[in-house]
Amino acid sequence: MAIENPGQPVYSDIELDAREGAIVESFFAEHQTAIPDPADWIGAPPLPDNILLTTVDKVINWSRHYSLWPVTFGLACCAIEMMCTAASRFDIARFGMEVFRASPRQADLMIIAGTLTWKMAPWLKRIYDQMPEPKWVLAMGACGTSGGIFKGSYSVVPGFNKVVPIDVYVPGCPPRPEALLQAIMEIHNKIEKMSPTRKASGV
Amino acid sequence: MKDLGFIEIAIRIRERFGDGIAAADDKRLIIEPPRLAEIAAFLRDDPELNLDYLSSVTAIDHKTDFTLIYRLYSLSQNHRLTMRVPVADRVSPAVPSVTPIWRGADLQEREVFDLFGIEFSGHPNLKRLFLWEGFPGYPLRKDWVSRGP
Repeated sequence: MAIENPGQPVYSDIELDAREGAIVESFFAEHQTAIPDPADWIGAPPLPDNILLTTVDKVINWSRHYSLWPVTFGLACCAIEMMCTAASRFDIARFGMEVFRASPRQADLMIIAGTLTWKMAPWLKRIYDQMPEPKWVLAMGACGTSGGIFKGSYSVVPGFNKVVPIDVYVPGCPPRPEALLQAIMEIHNKIEKMSPTRKASGV
Repeated sequence: MKDLGFIEIAIRIRERFGDGIAAADDKRLIIEPPRLAEIAAFLRDDPELNLDYLSSVTAIDHKTDFTLIYRLYSLSQNHRLTMRVPVADRVSPAVPSVTPIWRGADLQEREVFDLFGIEFSGHPNLKRLFLWEGFPGYPLRKDWVSRGP
């Protein structure tokens, strides 16, 4: 049986381009102000003196921070340092996070490594939204904090906090793997201070 | 690799295509845009010149006008040539495309179109390359003002 010619595609190339352009332009218009860094975990009131809850919290936090799986998100030169961190010399596997997931649904941490352009930003936001809670975001490099050397450019997002809330910023252009490891350990510290049972019970 | 003499090439082009279409001194070869596609085909097909490889197409904004720069190589004759094409009209600049002659000009002409807004008439697929549809203006022009924060 002959395969039927599908004929004209539903959308022409230029229609797809125009649709993409409309998405990017509306995203640009909506994301001009910085999203504040999540800080509600700092100075949270102490838990009710409940030995069960505090113990469960500790266990959950311990298990979370020793298997923090990052989603693959290398955008530019910082990604090379991120790969180097994952390779044998610096060995991110010591922290139980050598599994860079290709799917956001299996990841807890997003290491945004590199220069983010407005054309890419809607899809970064989509991948962030697809990650299950709890999730953490690590902005790697000067582009992540402010746009870096591309600040003021026509196409580069000046700081990732315009798009997603950022937990830890790593300065450097690009940062050394030691700096990335330090930032990952800061995320570990942050996880240890969270109280997942409080969140679940809504106290 | 030998550089072709600009003045000799200009003389050859003038002999074939008429006066006023090419000018040269010892530093540059300037070709007027109206018959650019024919001249490009001549440069490629002439057995002595045989400039069969287009290395790059780029543009300069002089604030009042543009200049396109084409860098040509001949892989068989082992020589090269750089030619300039002035584009005087700033409101709706247009030049003939050389993509039918050198296929490699495709993406480079799209890049110039994207960032400078120079239209290449005869290009088979002239649309934005790096930026998205609906981006306002042409960012590598000197009078472009950045938007956003």
